Amino acid sequence: MNSFGNIKTIAKRELLAYFSSPVAYVFIVIFLLLNGFFTFMVGGFFERGEASLANSFFMWHPWFYLFLVPAVGMRLWADERRVGTLELLLTMPIAPWEAIVGKFVASWLFLGLALVLTFPVVLTVNHLGSPDNGVIFAAYVGSWLMAGAYLAVSCITSAVTRSQVVSFIVSVVACLFLILAGFPPVINLLQSLTHNWQWLVDVITSFSVITHFDGFQKGVLDSRDIIFFLSVIGFSLFTTSVILRTHRTS
Amino acid sequence: MIKVENLTKTFGTKRAVDNVSFNVARGEVLGFLGPNGAGKSTTMRMITGFFPPSSGKITVGGFDILEQPIPAKRLIGYLPENAPAYTDMTVHGFLDFTAEIRGLRGDAKKSAINRVVELCFLNAVLHQNVDTLSKGYRHRTCFAQSIIHDPDILVLDEPTDGLDPNQKHEIRQLIRKMGETKAIIFSTHILEEVDAVCTRAIIIDRGAIVANGTPEELRRKSEWAGAVTLRLNGVPANAVQEKLNHLRTAKKVSTATNGNRVTATVFPRTAGDGDLTREVIEATNGWQVEELRTEEGRLDEVFRNLTLPDTKN
Repeated sequence: MNSFGNIKTIAKRELLAYFSSPVAYVFIVIFLLLNGFFTFMVGGFFERGEASLANSFFMWHPWFYLFLVPAVGMRLWADERRVGTLELLLTMPIAPWEAIVGKFVASWLFLGLALVLTFPVVLTVNHLGSPDNGVIFAAYVGSWLMAGAYLAVSCITSAVTRSQVVSFIVSVVACLFLILAGFPPVINLLQSLTHNWQWLVDVITSFSVITHFDGFQKGVLDSRDIIFFLSVIGFSLFTTSVILRTHRTS
Repeated sequence: MIKVENLTKTFGTKRAVDNVSFNVARGEVLGFLGPNGAGKSTTMRMITGFFPPSSGKITVGGFDILEQPIPAKRLIGYLPENAPAYTDMTVHGFLDFTAEIRGLRGDAKKSAINRVVELCFLNAVLHQNVDTLSKGYRHRTCFAQSIIHDPDILVLDEPTDGLDPNQKHEIRQLIRKMGETKAIIFSTHILEEVDAVCTRAIIIDRGAIVANGTPEELRRKSEWAGAVTLRLNGVPANAVQEKLNHLRTAKKVSTATNGNRVTATVFPRTAGDGDLTREVIEATNGWQVEELRTEEGRLDEVFRNLTLPDTKN
């Protein structure tokens, strides 16, 4: 059987597992409620009078994902190890990377579904004015890629520990780093700490999801931003495979 | 089918498996015996490709488990210790998933699921969630998973653990029947299973093989092997002692008295040659013998002698 078939089988199982427990529904409801509240109450969607979603809707996503994505990703590997099904999964005739990608894809599709369910806000803005739907589409793509990057980081923390709680906390901290690395007060602090080694500061700030998400919000599908998110995903999944292998060798 | 050569696994400084070698051919059921923590599960995890060995070589159906893991794993059905299964799925969903990942599709998948559901008596719980199952059912669900693709090789880590006596009996029957056409390794610490199921047994202690042979061969290592037990009526115990102790092939005699009756056991110098039985029969000529039997040897005693630290030579 080919890799694609294996990945599909694993992703299907994982998606079914989400929906067989209340976790999926709770997650989607919370995500949608948060989006509604922040867009209309805090973001001041109506008061702005703009036919755009950038400043009222998408700007909150890096912060929602900070808590919600680790909640989705924490069980991915921690639970397999706790229940012992990891042994079952890795003695099946599949390559470990197929299992890693399959599980990741399932969760990513799930996050995509949650994102798609925010469509009423798009309908609303189209009803009230005439926004540039291309920009909105680009921002959705960026938001989904950003969710994928967070999720891949959660995969690592989930592989490190048997405990979902530990996995959640560690990945929130790691994702917080991904946000804060581009946060002006943090940049200033870095500059003073590194005696203005600008290259080092640049390296660190270039890890921030916010700077890379910015382009998407303006409607620019910059290949560098896409590559950034995809390479965070790729690197994190590779790290996950290394961690899973280390558990088995030592 | 399974070839294990000089297999060693270390965890930190601890040697969990130490230079273990054995083969399992088609048609063989190999019982893997040993105390808890002897290295049974670790060995099985290496054979199934879950743990890579620290050194040594494992080939499964001609495929090296490290170099060609996927074709090797295709041949194996594996029941891990504690029978893990995805708790958030139904029994049917779980079997459907494992069938699919084994490459079964469409009608082949359907008939494979029906076959194992029948074999493992899972019909009653087919649409129940795994986390609501009793231990016996969960165990059988995971066992069903291991035979869903009708593999040539079965690796079963304590397949009868946690089952009631009837279920144990069924699973043993199943293993023995499948053993005619497959190569099977199963671990247990229930010695009666060795007689019930195995064609050969390996005893492993602290990572190393201490005995390897058919159940009869292992039993012959017991001091009970070839011993003669007899019950006499109306003969004093010291007379029995006196006479039997002087037999050429007798090593020692133990007696127990119950009223008029004496039960004596004569242990042989060398196991299982049959001379002792003949000599005992000649020596007891004229006594009133109510019962006389030759012992086959006791596996539990062999097991204890080989695996207890203080009696190990």
